[in-house]
Order: sequence, then C-alpha cells, then structure tokens
Amino acid sequence: MMEEILQALARALSFGTPLLLASLGVLVNERAGVVNLGVEGMMAVGALAAFGVASETEALGMAVCLAMAAGAVAALLHGFVTLTLRANAYVSGLALAMLGLGISGLLGKKYEGAILFEPAPELPFTVAAGVLAVVLWGFLHATRPGLVLRSVGENPAAADVLGVNVVAVRYAAVAFGGAMAGLSGAFLSLAYRPAWTDGMTAGLGWIAVALVIFVGWSPLRAVLGSVFFGLLYYLQFRLQDQGGIPTEVFAAMPYLLVIGVLALAGLRRTQGAAPAALGRPYHRGER
Amino acid sequence: MIRFEQDPQPRRSKVAAVYAGVMALAFALAGGVFAAYGVGPLEAYGTLLEGTLGDRQGLAEVLRRTLPLLLIGSGLTLAFRVSFFNIGAEGQLLMGAVAGAAVALFLPTSALSLPLMFLAGAVAGGLWTLPAAWLRARVDVNEILTTLMLNSVAGYLVIYLVSGPWRGENVQGFTYTDEFPDVARLPHLGDSLVHWPTLVLGVVLAVGLQVLLTRTPLGYELRVVGESPRAARYAGMPIPRVVLLTGLLSGGAAGLAGVGEVAGIHYRLLDPSQISLGYGFTAIIVAWLARGHPALVLLTAPLMGLILAGGDLLKISLNMPFRVIDVFSGLLLLCLISGESLARYRVRWAR
Repeated sequence: MMEEILQALARALSFGTPLLLASLGVLVNERAGVVNLGVEGMMAVGALAAFGVASETEALGMAVCLAMAAGAVAALLHGFVTLTLRANAYVSGLALAMLGLGISGLLGKKYEGAILFEPAPELPFTVAAGVLAVVLWGFLHATRPGLVLRSVGENPAAADVLGVNVVAVRYAAVAFGGAMAGLSGAFLSLAYRPAWTDGMTAGLGWIAVALVIFVGWSPLRAVLGSVFFGLLYYLQFRLQDQGGIPTEVFAAMPYLLVIGVLALAGLRRTQGAAPAALGRPYHRGER
Repeated sequence: MIRFEQDPQPRRSKVAAVYAGVMALAFALAGGVFAAYGVGPLEAYGTLLEGTLGDRQGLAEVLRRTLPLLLIGSGLTLAFRVSFFNIGAEGQLLMGAVAGAAVALFLPTSALSLPLMFLAGAVAGGLWTLPAAWLRARVDVNEILTTLMLNSVAGYLVIYLVSGPWRGENVQGFTYTDEFPDVARLPHLGDSLVHWPTLVLGVVLAVGLQVLLTRTPLGYELRVVGESPRAARYAGMPIPRVVLLTGLLSGGAAGLAGVGEVAGIHYRLLDPSQISLGYGFTAIIVAWLARGHPALVLLTAPLMGLILAGGDLLKISLNMPFRVIDVFSGLLLLCLISGESLARYRVRWAR
C-alpha cells in the first residue's frame, strides 16, 4: 500500500514537472501584465531544439540551453507584436501556438519517430522546478526587482511615473516565460519521453496556462497544482486498465478538468487575484 | 526609436495597402520556413498555384475546401465582432457531424432527412459552444482556453462513437459507421466533390449575417457591445446575452459545416482527423481577414480554401507534412494583427 502511494507520487511528480516549469514562466509574464497563450507552440519549438541538438551532438546541457533560447526567441516575437506594435495579445498568443507547432512539425520531420539513446535523467528537472518555484516566490515578494515586476502588472502608469521602463520589464518577463516553456519542452523530449514525435506536447502548454489561473498566480500553489494534475494523469493511466469505462473518457479527462477548473476559478472569483493590468497594453499618455 | 501617433480613422486605401503588405510578408516568411525545411520557396509556391488555379480539377478542390470555411468563417466574423474568440469551431464542426450522422443513420429516412440533418447539426454545434459562451458571459472565463479544450473532448467523443456504439456492421477492421442512405447524401456539382447545397447555404449565411449585423436591432447591440462595451453598459444593453447569443450562432454555423462534410463527402461518420482538415482553425484567419463584415467572407474563404488545397498538394507532390497549414495560419494571423495595429497608427521614426 505504502509502496503504491510512493509510486503514485513519483509518477505525479514526473507528470507534473513539465507543467510546473511552463506554469512558472507563464506566472512571471502574467505577473508583469502580459498574456501569452503561445506556450504550447514555444514548448514544441523547445522540445524540437533540444532533441535536435541532443541527437546531433549528445551534449545535453547545450540542448537544454538552446531549447530555452528557442523558447525565448519565439516569446520575443510575441513581445514585439503585442508590446511594440500593441496588437491583441490573445490572438497573437494563439498565432504563436499555431506557428510553433507548425514549424516544429515541419523542421522536425527528419527526426520523426527517432529516439535518444542516452536520455537525460528526470530528477534534475523536477528538483530545479521545485527550487525555482520557491526562489520565484522569494523574488516576487521580497526583492525590489520582484516588486517592480509586480507593479508593472498591477499599475503600469504608476510604475512609469516612478521611472520604471514598463515595456523593457515586460519584454524581459515575456522572454523568461518563453525560456521556461522551452525548458519544459526540453524535459519532454530529453527525459520524459526521449524521442521526437510531432505534437508530443499534447496540450500541456494550454493546461499550464489554465493552471496559473487556477493557482491564483502564486508560485508555491503552482507546485501543489502541478502535483494535483500529475496525480490525475497517473490515475488516468492506472484506471485505463480497469475495463468497463471507455478509454476515450480518460483521454478526455484532462481537458474536461481544465474547463472545470477554470469555471471554478471564475465562480469563486479567484480571478480577483489576477494582476490588475493583465492583458492590457500600456502606452504612456493613454488610458 | 519607433514612435506611434494615433490614426483612429485610417483611409481605406491605407488599410488595404497595409493588409496587402503584411500578407506578402507572411508568405515571404513562410517561404523562409520552406527553405529551412529544404524545399525551394519558389518551387513550393509554384506547385501550390499550378495545382490549384491551373486547371478545373484544382479549382474544384479549392471550392470544396472553401465550403466549410464559408460557413464557419461567417459565424466567427460575428463572434470576433464582440471579441468572443471562439477557437472551438473544430469541435463544433465535429458535433454538427455527429448530430447529422445520428439523423441519417437512426431516424426514418424521408425527403426531410437532409434539412433535418442540417438543423440538428446547427443545434448541436451551437450547444457545444454553450459552456464556453456561458462561462465567458457570466463569470468572465477566457473563452480561448475553454473552446479549445472542448475541441479535444469532441474529438474523443467522435472516436468513441465510431469505434464503439456507432461502429458499422459491415466495415471489417475500420472504425467508422455504416454509409448514409441515399436521401441523406448531398448532390455534387458535375463530377467534382463540390456539394452545392452547402455552397448555397454558405452564401445565404454570409449575406444573412451581414444583414443581421447592419439592419437589425440585435445587430446594432452587437456592434455597440463590440466597439464600446462601456457605452453598451451605459445604454443598458444586455451584454452577457449578446455575447452568449453570438457564441451560439458561431457554433451553429460550424455545426452546419460539419453536416456538409459528412453528408457531402464521406457519407458516414469517421475519424475526426478525416472529417476536418483543421477547418475550424483556418476559419479564424478567414474571419480575421473579413474585418467584421460577414459578407466579406465570400472573398476571404476562397483564399484560405486555396491554401488548404495547396497544403494537400505540397504533401502529395513535395512530401511536406500537412503542418505547413499551421505555419501559414500562424504567420498570417501574426502579420494580420500587426498590420491592423500599423494601420491604426502612423509610424514615425524619431530620435
């Protein structure tokens, strides 16, 4: 019994790791007031970059770094369109998701179905995600740059008056979000399932976006939220063998759950915890 | 430094020029992606244009792909007008196909079969939007996430149906239903796959929604809610109801498209990836290009129909993955929204 619980927890942590990594990135860029729905695409780009580098050079560290860089570059594209050109951030994120999936599917075709013979261990990623959650919590609530970041998300006009370069802070936060999505993708293609298949991100990026709303933009609660979703994934696989219930029900479960979670967050008004200027472009002299 | 000055009412010629420019940019960038993949951009675009616009058969393929886009696009144009970003047309299309198939397979056949199928499809597609539209209208839950999640759920529902309870009796190893009876099949234009009743329906819907938007009280409310929610609230307009209704309408339109696909092409319910080639996503670009005028979809749907048919060609003759469609869609959408910003502002280079 004890053994089974431990095993369940271990699997939950493993399932939860990519979710937590991506969520922490989303959390930071949303705390700075920027919505980026393109996580799924940035994750796919990161996963392909990591897999490509790892299978050509076997340098895992470099693979991870390049995955983060690829995610950040994709995110900066979103930053340019929404922060500099000030186009609709929701639609831009959606476009980024399509573009990321499209480019990774196209350029990854030569790796389709390939596997990595020396996969990366999962544990370092999981530990790093957990540590980062605590560090981010400290950063946001106990440091001056953290305060600046939050103020840009809550009241950009006031931050601007105090001499903060709002757009620069938002660019940095968006790039961080992209790098984390890339890292999450690297975990998927190097450690979790050391192979490349088109669409291997399987909707995790979208779930990460929903998770951040669910946990009320708190890094520590994001850890609990990821483990919770991880446990559900584990249950999905465990219960699949039980028979009687069609497997499609379990496959659809995470998606139904996201809707349920969002509905709950909406009904409980936890959205009140959202950064006040979330999704609003800022331009000096405009309301 | 780039500086922006507002230009709230740009001239039409400027808007058109900016749009043409950004679309050219999108196609150029897509060409770059092709080059990175290892296919010359000119070769890719040459194949694409020659195979679609070059002969009658190619044109018929384009038109066939245009049909669902016409229906879904007109509905989405309306939804985008009130900032309801319905990304779930793919799932609503599937639900329409399910409802249409149910009528065709399980109700007694009659001359009314086809109209009933379309009716059932519209209702099913509309209802599939309901959770997302209600959550958005009442508790302000982001509809992009919820409609997208409902896509996956609809996909699994169809897979369950065609591999379980609805699986045909004489289909051997395949997972699909039995074929529809003859009265539940749409007639074609000549020997093409263009099911013309759906075309008529699409044109009527695009024009009808345009009239609804510009000539009715509901359309007026819709425009005010879309352009200035604050003014709408001040005027006492029922904003949640307008959003809800628009959401349902756009889902219903996608449901019609689903019926068209199963009754006009496949004659059965089958795997979701075969029912739709991502029409629900491509229609987002169709609607965005139409800039809030459902009638303009009559021009923008064929354009994306051409790209979908072209994606098929690139897959067959140049062995490229069908994901090229996502590259086109993503780049076009990014460039279009950027272009919209550029048109609304005058760009000044200042020191």
